[in-house]
Amino acid sequence: MTGVGARGPAVEVERLDKVYGSGNTEVRALRDVNLAVSGGEVIALLGPSGAGKSTLLKAIGLIEAPTAGRIAIGGVAVAGDDRFLVNVRSFRREHIGFVFQKANLIPFLTAVENVQVALEINDEPARAARRRSMELLDYLGVSDRAGHYPSMLSGGQQQRVAVARSLANRPDLILADEPTAALDSVRGRQVMELFRKVSHEQGASVIVVTHDHRALDVFDRIFEMEDGRLRPHEPSP
Amino acid sequence: MNLAYRDIRHHFGRFVLTAVGIGLLLMVVMGMSGIYRGMVEDAVLLVERAGADLWIVQKDTHGPFAEVSRIPASLGDRLRVVPGVRSADNFVSFTVQRELEDGRQLRAVVQGLDWPADRGEWLPLTAGHAFSRAHYQMVADRSLGLTVGQQVRLGKDFYEVVGIARNMVSSGGDGMAFLTLRDAQAVQGDMVGESIRIERQARLARAERIDISRTQPVLTERALGPSGAIPAIGPPAVSAVMVRVEAECDVERVRGIVSSWPDVSVYTDEEQKGFLLEGNVDRARRQIGLFRILLVFVSGIIMALIIYTLTLDKVHDIALLKLLGARNRVVFGLIVQQAMLLGAIGYGVANLIGQWVFPRFPRRVLVSGSDLVMLAVAVAGISLFASLLGIWKAMKVEPNEVLA
Repeated sequence: MTGVGARGPAVEVERLDKVYGSGNTEVRALRDVNLAVSGGEVIALLGPSGAGKSTLLKAIGLIEAPTAGRIAIGGVAVAGDDRFLVNVRSFRREHIGFVFQKANLIPFLTAVENVQVALEINDEPARAARRRSMELLDYLGVSDRAGHYPSMLSGGQQQRVAVARSLANRPDLILADEPTAALDSVRGRQVMELFRKVSHEQGASVIVVTHDHRALDVFDRIFEMEDGRLRPHEPSP
Repeated sequence: MNLAYRDIRHHFGRFVLTAVGIGLLLMVVMGMSGIYRGMVEDAVLLVERAGADLWIVQKDTHGPFAEVSRIPASLGDRLRVVPGVRSADNFVSFTVQRELEDGRQLRAVVQGLDWPADRGEWLPLTAGHAFSRAHYQMVADRSLGLTVGQQVRLGKDFYEVVGIARNMVSSGGDGMAFLTLRDAQAVQGDMVGESIRIERQARLARAERIDISRTQPVLTERALGPSGAIPAIGPPAVSAVMVRVEAECDVERVRGIVSSWPDVSVYTDEEQKGFLLEGNVDRARRQIGLFRILLVFVSGIIMALIIYTLTLDKVHDIALLKLLGARNRVVFGLIVQQAMLLGAIGYGVANLIGQWVFPRFPRRVLVSGSDLVMLAVAVAGISLFASLLGIWKAMKVEPNEVLA
């Protein structure tokens, strides 16, 4: 990991708890979660629905503050004890890239504009943003669809554009929530390999929530979540 | 990157239709103000065009534009000898509604011009010419639908339309028909033969009841003849006298002299305009004004709902932008720019369609420059107000809605 404080692990999660509701309706989505991810490392989070994977991703992505515990990204404490410790939008803009189950491209922007918007939000001049966006689309093999609207792209192409967008600001951390769920196995594997490629080539840490066990070989480490607890994945014999 | 422009580009048809809808709404607001302006302009038009310095009317009345005013036609002669008076023209005004030979209804305000001093050369003619004869000619406003050369029967006589004027309508919206004063009086005093015969018999009966008819038998003969042959019966009254004052003379001095006469009231040009505007026009003005305020509110609410709906359509995209770390100004810009653009295009559409539609209205719709500026400011205000609702919604959008 190259960015932020660049001290220690790229992502460090300590004793993280997340509780929704209170009293009879209280739900503990995360229980004492500890995780450390190094720069350039690609890890997978497995687990059934409701296990807490997406909650952990939201906490690390500075979307929902944890109820207790601490999160540091690049050595900078970003969340702790039910509050964020940094300007979340600014931090997300500069250090975190997101990829979702659906590509979530903005429908009124073309493929290249969808990447460009992430750069311009981060104050990149329009001309430079355009150039980098085209480079990223080229890198991900969809430059020939640059001028097409999302509705004119296949699911795989849309997801590639989404990955390009997540890489636009050279993030230290990419968070992907079931990015292959809407893709067939071949395209799903291509996307997972893409994460590995960008992680290793660009030094970004990648945390991927997935149900897809067919491409686990691309990950450096695999974790499993159940009832809000995180533990290393033990492959079935 | 201008997100508002790109959203519009992608949904161009929807945006254009919305803008046209808002434009039509704004055109109604613009039209209401134009109707008011037209009404005021029409009301004071004749007074302004006539160019009189003083209006002499029946004592204790406000003159022919406010109520019935009858003064003797000889008053003009008295006025002409007042020092400083350049001209004193009799003025007659009344409304007629007659059926034309082609079956159409002609409703017009007849104005009598004091030929030969006033030949109607000040009228804004679009065709034909002003009066060239003392009788049987008419200059008509084009709203009456008459054509040059057409013969119009009023009373017992036919009048040839010799000129067509534009924008000469009364405060009630009726087109004006100009005749020479004598012709106008003839039309005003026209009676059918039977009525004349009955009136003459009544005169005879009245004469026979008094002893003078026995000592002066010729009076009973005269009673059976035309009114003009009876010296005791004056010529038909006029509505007012328009006085123009010599350039070097003080209007107030002339007014002071005439005001001292016990049988007339004197008003300046401005006072006549005031009477016109304080009457029916004022009530209509307030009515239209209130209606216009309501329309502005309705437009504001409709625009706010449109912007709100457009924002609702983009909730997911706004959540995504927030998740990507977009500052609030990026999101606000998207909403405000679209609202302002909708307002601006709507305003342009209103202006454009209005220019085509308003001249086709039966009454004059006069959109002044100041009204256009005021409406532009109002539209900008409405657009901003409308975007507030969208911004309020956008503020409530959470980034994690992308993950929902």
